[in-house]
Amino acid sequence: MRQIRLRATATAALLSGLILTGCDTPPVESVQRGYRGTGMELIASPDDLAATVANNQVPEPQPPVPAVGPKAADIYQNVQILGDLSVGEFTRLMAAITQWVAPEEGCNYCHVAEGFQLDTKYTKKVARVMIAMTQRANADWGDHVGNVGVTCYTCHRGNNIPEYVWAQDPGQAHAAGIMTASQNIASEAGVYSSLPYDPFTAYLDGAKEDDAALPWRVAGNTALPNGNRSSIKQTEWIYSLMMHFSDSLGVNCTHCHNSRAFYDWEQSSPERVRAWYGIRMVREMNHEYINPTTEWLPEHRKGPLGDALKVNCATCHQGAYQPLLGANMVKDYPNLARYTLAKKAQPMDDADASEADQPAANSAPASASEAF
Amino acid sequence: MSLLSFEKKYRVRGGTLIGGDLFDFWVGPFWVGFFGVTTAFFSILGTLLILYGASLGDTWNVWRINIAPPDLSYGLGFAPLKEGGLWQLITMCAIGAFGSWVLRQVEISRKLGMGLHIPFAFSVAVFAYITLVVIRPLLLGAWGHGFPYGILSHLDWVSNVGYQFLHFHYNPAHMIAVTFFFTNAMALSMHGSLILMATDPRDGEKVKTGEHENTFFRDDIGYSIGALGIHRLGLFVALSAGFWSAICIVISGPFWTKGWPEWWNWWLELPVLN
Repeated sequence: MRQIRLRATATAALLSGLILTGCDTPPVESVQRGYRGTGMELIASPDDLAATVANNQVPEPQPPVPAVGPKAADIYQNVQILGDLSVGEFTRLMAAITQWVAPEEGCNYCHVAEGFQLDTKYTKKVARVMIAMTQRANADWGDHVGNVGVTCYTCHRGNNIPEYVWAQDPGQAHAAGIMTASQNIASEAGVYSSLPYDPFTAYLDGAKEDDAALPWRVAGNTALPNGNRSSIKQTEWIYSLMMHFSDSLGVNCTHCHNSRAFYDWEQSSPERVRAWYGIRMVREMNHEYINPTTEWLPEHRKGPLGDALKVNCATCHQGAYQPLLGANMVKDYPNLARYTLAKKAQPMDDADASEADQPAANSAPASASEAF
Repeated sequence: MSLLSFEKKYRVRGGTLIGGDLFDFWVGPFWVGFFGVTTAFFSILGTLLILYGASLGDTWNVWRINIAPPDLSYGLGFAPLKEGGLWQLITMCAIGAFGSWVLRQVEISRKLGMGLHIPFAFSVAVFAYITLVVIRPLLLGAWGHGFPYGILSHLDWVSNVGYQFLHFHYNPAHMIAVTFFFTNAMALSMHGSLILMATDPRDGEKVKTGEHENTFFRDDIGYSIGALGIHRLGLFVALSAGFWSAICIVISGPFWTKGWPEWWNWWLELPVLN
């Protein structure tokens, strides 16, 4: 009897030890985000906050160069979108991009020795699309990125491929006859809940809000369910996406919403407006810039279902409520915040280059303007 | 003495914890006692403070009256009366009244010569309240983490605090508490229907006995816990529900700051599953 009791005690101790591993201990940090007593708060452990700070350090900017002198488009060949930069600025930006995206591979990650103007490598074409996308975000999506803006480093952080990207998720293998309904497994997208595991394809692809495979707004705007036909399952899809929003920013639902009335803008925080623009910005990035690269991307740079790796909240935010905790890198690289097409068009050197022609950076993509 | 007449056992001197004979008298059917006086003091003062707080607000709609705790910026200090100080005073009154009532139950239990089951049971409810408005705010470092006093406002608080942890249904202690609440409801309904069946027979039939009750459940589920046992079980599941409710909120924040679904990663990381 005593032995059984001993064994039970040991098992209980082991189990509770296992369960308590990774738990936080007081004191913790807290932030009030609404009127007192509404429970709109953020509680965070100091360890997690310290980790967030450590993960969001900004590299030293390249030494500044004057914007005067000959333009890159006049000196180099096949400069399609950075032609308006001075040669000095152009070289400085190239050096910065190397540091941000391919610090180990260097120039050869995109360029070939036979001629730096050649679009031989897909990476060079991707870089061009990404620069155009960055300029578009900084120039026209100020409602989301504010004055802080984004650079290549915001997402890449020294990696060839940003750490947080997504592609269509086919789900885990499972026995035939089991109805997973795209959910019911621990889902990283849904922050380890059993909510649908690929909310991104449903909501963050396609040009317009109407393109979403499922409705965004499921909450009724009346106290009683008068005429609201949204189902629990529809709610779980958007819940999964919102879990991703929270986790990407290191916040919780009350960062934007007062949960007593999720739908109500009057009771929401101003950050919800910022997120509203962010959703549309991300959808445009995926639809106008990234999806068209699918044609010529190599297979190993695509997801398991053959689509390109795309952007979601985590791609930039990476756990911080503002990417890089609000550090302004764009001020050191103003050419990433304006359209830098050369004043007079350059002749294309090879067929590849014209094929890789990107949406004209100076004009907003037609479908995206509808999304406003 | 008939089973339901405790008057003779009740109307005896003594059993007091404090004050000796001072308040050991009756007003009509009610025994006063020292803790009766303190209960009356705290509950009347607290109610008046709530009325004052309501008069400062913008509504007399009883559903919407709201007395909110201080801003987090006041930490564990006193806040100005109209900026959460009232909430702090009302909280003190509530704890004074609830605590007095527990001790009054102890004194009456002593008069009746019975066990302390009733004050113990009520203490669990008081403990759950104190967990919400004292223990958790202390652990988090600000009185502002307490819940607001208002019929709708405290529900809004519960909702938002749940969403602070993304999906509260994944809170393991919440799961245990909810399970106890449902078990409690099921046990109570089974017990209630059994008693109605036994004591309210059809026309022409006699009231049934305990053996009839036992036989019903032995036929039905193979086991009858018995007349005394069902009340022990009821007490256990009811108190466990309240106790685990207190646990599930006190761990949310002080001991876990992320989404609750993520807590279960220890399960996903078990070596046997990888």
